[in-house]
Amino acid sequence: MTPAPFHSDKAFSADTAAENAPLLELCGVSRRFPGVLALDNVSFELQPGEVHVLFGENGAGKSTMISMIAGVYEPSDGEIRFRGQPVELHSVHHARSLGISAVFQEFSLVEQLNVEQNLFLGDEQTTRGLLNRRALHEEAERILARLGFPLKPKQKVAYLSRAEQQMVEIAKAFRSRLSVLILDEPTASLTERETDRLFELVAQVKAQGVGIIYITHRMAEIRRIADRITVLRDGRHIDTVDAAATSEDQLVSLMTGRVIDQIFPDIANAPAETLLSIDNLTTEDRRVDDVSIHARRGEVVGLAGLVGAGKSKLLRACFGLEEVAAGRVTFDGEDVTGASTRDMLDRGFFYSPPDRRAEGLVMIRNCRENITLPSLHLPAFQKWNLLRRRVEWKRALDLATRLQLHPLKIEREVDHFSGGNQQKVLLAKCLTRDVKLYVFDEPTVGVDVGTRVEIYKFIAELCEQGAAVIVISSDLPEVLHLSHRLYVMHRGRLQAELTGDAITQENVLRNFFDKEAA
Amino acid sequence: MPADPQASHAAADVAALDAEPSKGPMYYLQLMFVRLGVLPFLLLIAVVVFTAISDNFLSGRNLLNVVRQSSYLTLVAVGQMFALLTGGFDLSVGTIIALTSVVGATAMAATYAAIPDAIWFAVTLGIMAGIAAGALIGACNGIGVAMFGVSPFMMTLGMSSVGFGIALYMTGGTPVYGMPAEFGDVFGFGHLLGLPAPVFVGIMLIALLYLLLNWTRLGRYFYAVGGNIKAAGLSGINTRLNLFLAYLICGGVAAVSGMLLTARLDTGEANIGAAMPLESIAACVIAGVSLRGGVGRLENVVLGALFIGLVQNGMNLARIESYLQTVVIGALLIIAVIADQARLRIMANMQD
Repeated sequence: MTPAPFHSDKAFSADTAAENAPLLELCGVSRRFPGVLALDNVSFELQPGEVHVLFGENGAGKSTMISMIAGVYEPSDGEIRFRGQPVELHSVHHARSLGISAVFQEFSLVEQLNVEQNLFLGDEQTTRGLLNRRALHEEAERILARLGFPLKPKQKVAYLSRAEQQMVEIAKAFRSRLSVLILDEPTASLTERETDRLFELVAQVKAQGVGIIYITHRMAEIRRIADRITVLRDGRHIDTVDAAATSEDQLVSLMTGRVIDQIFPDIANAPAETLLSIDNLTTEDRRVDDVSIHARRGEVVGLAGLVGAGKSKLLRACFGLEEVAAGRVTFDGEDVTGASTRDMLDRGFFYSPPDRRAEGLVMIRNCRENITLPSLHLPAFQKWNLLRRRVEWKRALDLATRLQLHPLKIEREVDHFSGGNQQKVLLAKCLTRDVKLYVFDEPTVGVDVGTRVEIYKFIAELCEQGAAVIVISSDLPEVLHLSHRLYVMHRGRLQAELTGDAITQENVLRNFFDKEAA
Repeated sequence: MPADPQASHAAADVAALDAEPSKGPMYYLQLMFVRLGVLPFLLLIAVVVFTAISDNFLSGRNLLNVVRQSSYLTLVAVGQMFALLTGGFDLSVGTIIALTSVVGATAMAATYAAIPDAIWFAVTLGIMAGIAAGALIGACNGIGVAMFGVSPFMMTLGMSSVGFGIALYMTGGTPVYGMPAEFGDVFGFGHLLGLPAPVFVGIMLIALLYLLLNWTRLGRYFYAVGGNIKAAGLSGINTRLNLFLAYLICGGVAAVSGMLLTARLDTGEANIGAAMPLESIAACVIAGVSLRGGVGRLENVVLGALFIGLVQNGMNLARIESYLQTVVIGALLIIAVIADQARLRIMANMQD
């Protein structure tokens, strides 16, 4: 299907116009932020009962666009039409009253309140000014049951996992009558099963004539649910294509503006001596249970599993971030069970955390300080116990240049860079010192394809220079393509070890879930 | 010491700006505001206003007076900055001054009474006892915040009650007399290298802390811990030790200020320093130290404290009642915070 522009014909009666009009239409919409043109003359239409995927790199304008549709911002130029009628969406509340509901990546939950209180926040049923608590509770149970989410209405949101919080967010959107549903990377922290359930729901509301705007970076999801795809780049509309007739390569080249023939590099496999060996490790909280793995120089070891499978915890326990209850960790021939973070760093073990905002970077400080933070105590940066700031500056600049930080301003706060560039700063941190084993935990979360390619190349270089690399990832294609050896974890236990040609999607997925269920 | 790399950067930035098409004076004013914060503007306004009101204001004698009077607050503010940098604050700095004064004076007077010949022994012992007492409060704050995870608000508020209670209990609320006159003569009214003693001590200590903050890794770690304590931990930094040291430094520096104030008063007083928590935090905030931690420059804090001293002095010269002065200081604090918000907004506008 090609995007036929809708011509509003004055001769049409109001009824027919509403019938033939797209559910939602953006006509030449622009949005200016101080100093940036985030969206530049973009047109877009959404038909009832279609899943329309928005595709583009970080900063392409996807978030700005859905924020305008959801009533967060108003457009600087252009017009939004809803069922053929121009509308000005003043607020989220206004948009919601038209049935436009959005699930954003950033949660809008009040952690101190419980699930049902969050579900109805701002829209509580009252009887004579008092909360109708029983009715709210029953309604919450009904909604959760319909969605099939394993949540208790009285659970406090603060105690929920990220995936569970995501479910509450989604439940909020499904609460009221829907006409347009906006989902911004909703599956980022959902398990496979929860994702399936979500897609069933999407299909269900789609059949009822709801239009769905869906943002994702995952090709597999596009294949599964997209009807049409609109590609944005640098705030401009690049193309709208039919999902069935477009290949992944075409999409990527539309998105990045260049052809990327291969996203994943070939990494030479030359396994040498064993550097890290974890024997029968169990953590204090039992989220990792009797796991043994090892990593050798010159190979990339993958660690796959669902969210919460314990793959992060396993390596975090080696890095002094989790209490070890039983088992042994040997690094470079020495027993380092229970060693501190500093000790492990000094031994050449570097762990790069999954959430750069929460754990990885000091967002309000500049790139230089972030890059050199793990290494300031090394002799290279010290002279009579004082910092050699010129050396530090030079080193940080070299690394930023090597990783193609853009813009190359190392004195600028990390917070003012795009997600992909922040990720580069995070990676640069491990290059300031001698590292024998690199552990990358979700190295490409929220990173666009262009930066992804650079990060994979970077990982390949490290490995080929003789380092051991462990990649922990929930992104299946990533671990499938990068790993020479792949461990699969499930519920804290090691489920499988795959090597070479045995590393296939089927083999991994078989071990993702409960044995009895599979 | 190697040259400051930031200086060369600033030069590069200016060069980049020159290359852009010319912008109006408003642009440069905005740029100055974003770069330097609200303080230079406030300082300029204060100087202009007070010079107009009083002829004496701009005289060298008066300005030196301001610097001497402000040296106590300046020291406390610089210490306070360490707590603020790590994302906390210290409400017990006033108590630290009071307890330092009482303990120091009591120890000094007792030693002097016991061995009247050993004047300098008594003075040294008294100073050490006083500073140790103040630093102990800081250490307690540090242990509470770093080891037990008590919020800085509750910990320092609690300690301020504990310390104040001890100081009152020791003295029964009356001043402590009996210190050797030499103590006040040297540290309260004396001069060293032509500078008033408190100014001299202040400069030495501030120079030391400047070096610590900007040229050692420990200093950098304060910023990192305040900016993101998890990221700091994952970078191999001992975050607990760092938090502890922040409160210890804050307490120690406040204690030095307390001893200098005791020398000036010539008595040990339990009732001094009550305005210090507010004024020291105000000095830091006016100087652009973030209340969320991780941001702030020591040289600006010194200016911030001097600014508050300048305003107080100017209001004295203008014969503004002391009760009203408190109103002005409180209002200035709030204005500074609002201006800082505005600065962040303008900064966002100016990005790229």
